Amino acid sequence: MNVTRRDFFKITGASAAGIAVMGLGLDLKPFKSHAQTLKLRFAKETTSICCYCAVGCGIICSTGEAGAGKIINIEGDPDHPVNEGALCAKGAALSQLANNENRLTTPLYRAPYSTKWQKVSWDWALWTIAKRVKNSREASFEHKNAKGQVVNRTNGIANVGSAALDNEECWLIQALMRSLGLVYIEHQARI
Amino acid sequence: MTNHWIDIRNSDCILIMGSNAAENHPISFKWVNEAMKRGAKLISVDPRFTRTSSKADFYTALRSGTDIAFLGGMIKYILDNDKYFKEYVAEYTNASFILADTYDFKDGLFSGYDPEKRKYDKSKWAFKKDANGVSKRDRTLQDPRCVFQMIKKHYSRYDLNTVSAITGTPKEDLAKVYEMYASTGRKGKAGTIMYAMGWTQHTVGVQNIRTMAIIQLLLGNMGVAGGGVNALRGESNVQGSTDHCILYHIWPGYLKTPKASLPTLEAYNKKYTPKTNDPLSANWWGNYPKYSVSLLKSFFGDKATAANDFGYNWLPKLDDGKAYTWLDLFDAMYRGEFTGFFAWGQNPAGSGANSNKTREALTKLDWMVNVNIFDNETGSFWKGPGMDPRKVKTEVFMLPCAVSVEKEGSITNSGRWMQWRYKAANPPDQAWPDGQILIRLGKTLKYLYKKDKNAVFPEPILNLKWDYTTHGEFDPHKMAKEINGYFLRDVTVKGKHFKKGDLVPSFAYLQADGSTSSANWLYCNSYTAKGNMAARRKREKSGIGLNLEWAWCWPVNRRIIYNRASVDKYGKPWDREHPVIAWDPGAKGGKGGWVGDVPDGGWPPMLNPDGTPNPKTKYPFIMKPEGHAHVFGPGRADGPFSEHYEPIECPVEKNPLSSQLVSPVAPLYSTKMDIYKSCDPKYPIVGTTYRVCEHWQTGVMTRWQPWLLEAEPQLFVEMSKELAKLKGIKNGDKVVVESARGKVEAVAVVTIRLRPFMIEGNTVHEVGLPYHFGWVHPKNGGDSANILTPSTGDPNTRIPETKAFMVNVRKA
Repeated sequence: MNVTRRDFFKITGASAAGIAVMGLGLDLKPFKSHAQTLKLRFAKETTSICCYCAVGCGIICSTGEAGAGKIINIEGDPDHPVNEGALCAKGAALSQLANNENRLTTPLYRAPYSTKWQKVSWDWALWTIAKRVKNSREASFEHKNAKGQVVNRTNGIANVGSAALDNEECWLIQALMRSLGLVYIEHQARI
Repeated sequence: MTNHWIDIRNSDCILIMGSNAAENHPISFKWVNEAMKRGAKLISVDPRFTRTSSKADFYTALRSGTDIAFLGGMIKYILDNDKYFKEYVAEYTNASFILADTYDFKDGLFSGYDPEKRKYDKSKWAFKKDANGVSKRDRTLQDPRCVFQMIKKHYSRYDLNTVSAITGTPKEDLAKVYEMYASTGRKGKAGTIMYAMGWTQHTVGVQNIRTMAIIQLLLGNMGVAGGGVNALRGESNVQGSTDHCILYHIWPGYLKTPKASLPTLEAYNKKYTPKTNDPLSANWWGNYPKYSVSLLKSFFGDKATAANDFGYNWLPKLDDGKAYTWLDLFDAMYRGEFTGFFAWGQNPAGSGANSNKTREALTKLDWMVNVNIFDNETGSFWKGPGMDPRKVKTEVFMLPCAVSVEKEGSITNSGRWMQWRYKAANPPDQAWPDGQILIRLGKTLKYLYKKDKNAVFPEPILNLKWDYTTHGEFDPHKMAKEINGYFLRDVTVKGKHFKKGDLVPSFAYLQADGSTSSANWLYCNSYTAKGNMAARRKREKSGIGLNLEWAWCWPVNRRIIYNRASVDKYGKPWDREHPVIAWDPGAKGGKGGWVGDVPDGGWPPMLNPDGTPNPKTKYPFIMKPEGHAHVFGPGRADGPFSEHYEPIECPVEKNPLSSQLVSPVAPLYSTKMDIYKSCDPKYPIVGTTYRVCEHWQTGVMTRWQPWLLEAEPQLFVEMSKELAKLKGIKNGDKVVVESARGKVEAVAVVTIRLRPFMIEGNTVHEVGLPYHFGWVHPKNGGDSANILTPSTGDPNTRIPETKAFMVNVRKA
């Protein structure tokens, strides 16, 4: 029988849940088995890749039964060929990144010369930002440069970021900014 | 990386220099350890004894910013002692090419230098051509004007005495490293380099890496298992974000951003499509128009037609000769050129060089949008140290975004593996995935421009293809398919029939007539009729670790690029134990074919089994117009060979190799916040920056997490016992570290991990600080070490020189 470490956990988890699986020849400590059982019985597992360095370690996110619920645990993916279940200190602490009371959870706005943030709605924020973009673009748009060459660009807006985005988002961001005429488009790769 | 993480295990000698992999890419060490178990040697070269050094078979130190001198000495050693791989060098690299009479090098300068413009005329660095326009070659490498002889001459000056005086590395240590690494020049042996920002963040960053590339080519280490030039990239998707070109100078797939002097698509394609007169050169970039037109079709969909140049002029053009890099961007912002600014998923107030200038620049804006997971020094700059909010006009929008496990999509690791991530949880409250923010912002802008009949140049915004949604939400699968590309009408290509709407199977099928789209040709083959290739999860059972069915890798799932150089001219692997590819004459029903990794082109080997040349072959380095790897690199801004120059801020007044102290072409900036101080008694100590395992970049993601913050709670500065004694500082003291641009408070870590250097007869001290901290959180945890670093950088890339600068240290 060819079982991966992950299959093994699944089987032993199922075993503790009442289905008899014999002959594995290993004796897990009862408390370990119990912990695995809780996670496997009540959690949904989703595979992902760590968000820190570019080694690209596989991770398994366990969430509540409802599926896209709260993150219960994040651990290394034993089936992943690069990390084979291992994670560094940052990767091992990943659940604290998602479940963190310090996270920004609502759009914030700081008016000119103000000393504080105020909570705003997404609709208001996006609408106001779009108007600012349009005003800045129209005020700084250059059809032809000093030499009379066609350049069709927006000189008054710059954009940075991000290597933390997914590939599909990276394509979107550069496309949106280029369609607006921006030339100052940069991100972490330059530093 | 030309190779990939698991492949490190196939190496015989691993050099880690310009990186502290054990600390900053910890899981990479799984494969370093695996190689060592199989007998590989590990060399660590670093100014500081690091976690990586502690695992090494041999460690030695060098002063920050002297890597070219160190490696130049290795090139001399390899050539003097006949350690190079002759057949590989003669056949696969441009070492045999004959240089034109205009190439010269004197006293630290290459020919073609214009001191007023601080720029080279690169046309002086050309090759002699034969009657057919093909570069002249001498495969015996004896011609006195051939590149090989020029390398010998150029690096002959890098003798042990000179190198040791510059780097501060003892001569016997230099000799030991050279001997260990040069042993990989034998057939069947492979050496690899693992480097990171310790090499790139210098005014000679590109040339640091070029020097190593020359070494790897001389030793025949490119294309082979356990070899390559391996950049350990930082951010989880910095490879992908570079491939998709969130960078001013390139369009997705490393196509060039058009210049103002190229008014039409035809002029643009002509300029950037290289030509070759050599029938044995594949010249892959000859396909350029297929990729540029397919990209424009993805940008503008049906609106892009041959009649309107596929929308070429809807996209912005750069002024010729002008740079728009990070350093230039913040310089322009500081000078008040922008009213608006977006910062997504990063923290420029602490991440770039000269943070005080960056923070001041943010006050010149009318509005700024900051998208992040946590509050940070950029979004809250207006209430930071030295700022009076009541005097800061900038309007700030801080938008909350999802973390990676709260959305679906792909990222590309350093080994070029595109791996799919599934959504595990919902983002909290009103946090959104960045993709959703972008889609909604784009839709709002489209609405505004549609409504305003007098809007300025609305075409690119209105015509931008923006249908990557399902039920109003961003759909990463739709975007991923567009990145791969579609057939846009029924066509027959290479004898295969495709219907409109079919996904393109690979970039070999892309067309320049508008019949295909591909938002990034390099990713064409990643999402095909076979499905989402990045989501594959089948591990390799045996072999050299390629894992061809795990996820997907660009280009066309090739795991080791330049792999056609891993075989001899008959197609037999140099290394029989770790074959990357091999020619099997019996494959494809006796027609012959390659087995193993996806080869760099399917052409047959250079020689037939009877030793006669095969006219159907191509040279192995298919991305170079002449098919040969560049040991002589005439495309760089600062010279075709590397040359040691001091950092812009340095502790010495003279360069023993020439009268050129610093890079003659490094960019310098001229605002009042751009101050550079060399050999100034106020700043006598070399400074450098680095990272620790427990924090991430500027710390925005990790400083808010209790476990990680407890492990590394505040800014510290490491210094030698000798320097601490000199300054009256004890381990644990609060000290001030100061440069010409600013100062930070830090806790002194007095250690034997750093030692004073003997540089040209004088003692030189060096200190180092991590740059993970910032004033927002935790309170009293210290501020960014980039407050100390100067606004200057590499002349090719303009990556800032944040790894070597001058400081002073005193008790607080």
